[in-house]
Amino acid sequence: MSTLTSAAVPPAGPEDHRRGEGPELIVYADLGCPHCASAWAELCEHEATIVFRHFPVASKHPRSPALHAAAEAAGRQGRFFELVDSLYEDRGHVDDPHLWQRAELLGLDLERFETDRRSEAVAARVRRDFESGIRAGVTGTPAVFG
Amino acid sequence: MIAAGEPAPDFTLRNQDGEKVSLSDFRGEKVLLVFYPLDFSPVCSDQLSIYQEVKPEIEAKGVTMVGISVDSGFAHKAFQDKLGIDTQLLADFEPKGEVARAYGAYIDKVGHANRSLVLIDAEGKVEWVHESPTPLEIPGANLIFDALASANAR
Repeated sequence: MSTLTSAAVPPAGPEDHRRGEGPELIVYADLGCPHCASAWAELCEHEATIVFRHFPVASKHPRSPALHAAAEAAGRQGRFFELVDSLYEDRGHVDDPHLWQRAELLGLDLERFETDRRSEAVAARVRRDFESGIRAGVTGTPAVFG
Repeated sequence: MIAAGEPAPDFTLRNQDGEKVSLSDFRGEKVLLVFYPLDFSPVCSDQLSIYQEVKPEIEAKGVTMVGISVDSGFAHKAFQDKLGIDTQLLADFEPKGEVARAYGAYIDKVGHANRSLVLIDAEGKVEWVHESPTPLEIPGANLIFDALASANAR
């Protein structure tokens, strides 16, 4: 089990999900969180590089782990931010059939999407971000580090 | 606020299911008391939800975590259900805030506890405390792991 003692927010690296140009904003966000959804639209208007870090709080938003795994799986087909945008734009359709529909609309290989989103590698990738947030003292979402 | 090295005052409170829970029940293992202001205030929700996400890691270190506030057991039950958490919540309800007072975590002018963490060792002695500057500030879960790491290093 990994350690969760205090540590600074890890700087953005090649494995991070990044979008945009300009100064980096590292965002710990929960895809099931309504506050994150409204903050997301605003954040994306900034001239900044958004670095997205997974921070699903499952007890509070039971679908969050599935949503983060889906986004990560979409990322493996180069459509990470497209799925994140889609999930934040329409928070009412988050069951599995809705995720398949969203994946189809993005032109993803559905079979691969299914395998990836249920894989241990994807779960571990999401957890890695979550743990770095815990270590940095994140206690709510969204948490933005400039 | 109580200080590290002092004996932890014993108490018996009812939990969210009406069962009596005493601090002495935990003798032989570590306990983390999480004093928080009130059920159903949005900030508390985040604190206990976040701690729930790392509960397996806290338990892996041999620590039982319990939440304490001045709310009743019935409110605690509903709050637990709302948050989807299984952390035991104790009702410091009557006399109101008596346990929080014994630990120096009670704020008289607002009528509830401050956000305070108290780690108690297996012998019932206070090992570490953290008191938030204000009830609005949530202590990160990282602080709990720092305390456990430094306790193990001693």
